[in-house]
Amino acid sequence: MHMRRLTRGKFLGHLTMAAAAVGFTGPRLFSAARAAAVSRASARGPEPVSISLTINGRQHTLALEPRVTLLDALRDRLGLTGTKKGCDQGTCGACTVLVNDRRVNACLTLAVMTQGKAITTIEGLAGADDQLHPVQAAFLEHDAFQCGYCTPGQIMSAVGLLAEKRPTDPTSIREWMSGNLCRCGAYPNIVAAVAAAAGARA
Amino acid sequence: MNPFRFASAADVDTALATVASDRSAYYIAGGTNILDLMKDDVEAPQLLVDITGLPLRDIAVDASGVRLGALVTMAEAADAPAVKAAFPVVSQALLAGASPQLRNMATLGGNIMQRTRCAYFRDVSQPCNKRQPGMGCFAIDGQNRLHAVIGTSDHCICTHPSDFAVALLGVDASVRVRGTQGRRTIPLDRFYVLPGRSPNIENVLAWGDLIEGIDLPASAHARNSAYVKVRDRASYEFALVSAAAALEIAGGTIRTARVALGGVAPVPWRSREAEAALVGQAPSAATFAAAARAAATNMRGYGHNDFKITLAQRTVERVLQSVGGTA
Repeated sequence: MHMRRLTRGKFLGHLTMAAAAVGFTGPRLFSAARAAAVSRASARGPEPVSISLTINGRQHTLALEPRVTLLDALRDRLGLTGTKKGCDQGTCGACTVLVNDRRVNACLTLAVMTQGKAITTIEGLAGADDQLHPVQAAFLEHDAFQCGYCTPGQIMSAVGLLAEKRPTDPTSIREWMSGNLCRCGAYPNIVAAVAAAAGARA
Repeated sequence: MNPFRFASAADVDTALATVASDRSAYYIAGGTNILDLMKDDVEAPQLLVDITGLPLRDIAVDASGVRLGALVTMAEAADAPAVKAAFPVVSQALLAGASPQLRNMATLGGNIMQRTRCAYFRDVSQPCNKRQPGMGCFAIDGQNRLHAVIGTSDHCICTHPSDFAVALLGVDASVRVRGTQGRRTIPLDRFYVLPGRSPNIENVLAWGDLIEGIDLPASAHARNSAYVKVRDRASYEFALVSAAAALEIAGGTIRTARVALGGVAPVPWRSREAEAALVGQAPSAATFAAAARAAATNMRGYGHNDFKITLAQRTVERVLQSVGGTA
């Protein structure tokens, strides 16, 4: 790992030099040769590259191909399987996580593009003493799930909804939770749980 | 997803030089569309250039209007007070699109560049003239309930999926583009091109052109604007038909009118016929019905999508009523 860090440091040095050279000779010159040089100097992959991710407050350094999604990195490389893979194409919301406190679909996010950002997964919601997050407690209290597969995504999305300070009347909750599908149809209890969590928070 | 190389662009010039000289290189920002297409093998770039570090995130507001950076997210633009107040159609259309998660990710530049949701385009086992000109279009005689009824050709009947771009037509927006020859500004109603014989060509951009931002000029009609979207479920779905309308009404007469439709054409569709039927008239139910009929003048169904011709007229009427004071 130490070796890899050194390599990355060298790489960054080359990148800076290449960018500086382009700037010095004039940014309006777009010769193919120069562009190729820029691209060779700064591009990484397709083989695994060193990536550092901050997940639930902990730093992880991994060797990942640039094509690996945040979802696959979480589940297959870090064992954080609370984040679910449903559709893998941004149409179900099962993979919802927070990146810098905003909810996103981890399946349509490249892990390499989340470096330097704070990633929060369902595993990171509970307090240090395993005290459930208010949204988690509300989902239990209101029996807001049946099979449970969509639940981590629903909970992360609800946490995002509250952080974004969206309106929390039932109609608004349905609209602002519409990115999370539940094929069991537990929606009435999900809406009740989110409303309760919003009330508890207010 | 195919393996690819990845680079983070340090500045606009480097990003532009890299992509402009390499047809296998694509920009990536929000990633919500390109990664989806790569998973379906519709696209297979060899190099992705991450532009999210570029300084294109500002929302600049002054008396002349709002300048939105290309990297502003859909959520940020929809929530921007200046957009909500002076361009309600834009905020409404953004909020009608995708999901809260996707709106937190997707950028405005990427939104107007998104590709069609046509199932034949997205299934590489099917022929598609947009993916590979000359292969044929199976939608024309196939499952075409979601397809276009105007602006089509014998080569492509897909619809453009963006709600935001439809709204932009209603407020006379333009796109700021940086290319290898410098900067230029393209009015949105000259940005997209109809499929014709070349459905693979979707807009006037050259390879490597980078969208830097989208400008919304302040106007009386933009301030009095709205968006109506009709879809198969209440939220998180693409439009069957949508309509944007912007009206300037003074002294009991419509002075300026913009009418645009989504879900009906291969491009966000501006209906100059509907606009002509509105200008100079008093806002009334009869005026709006006439404008709706005018919008449908050249529409033609392909079987499963015939219903869109009636639905489009009702949608136009509804949105006009909501901005015309007759709702």
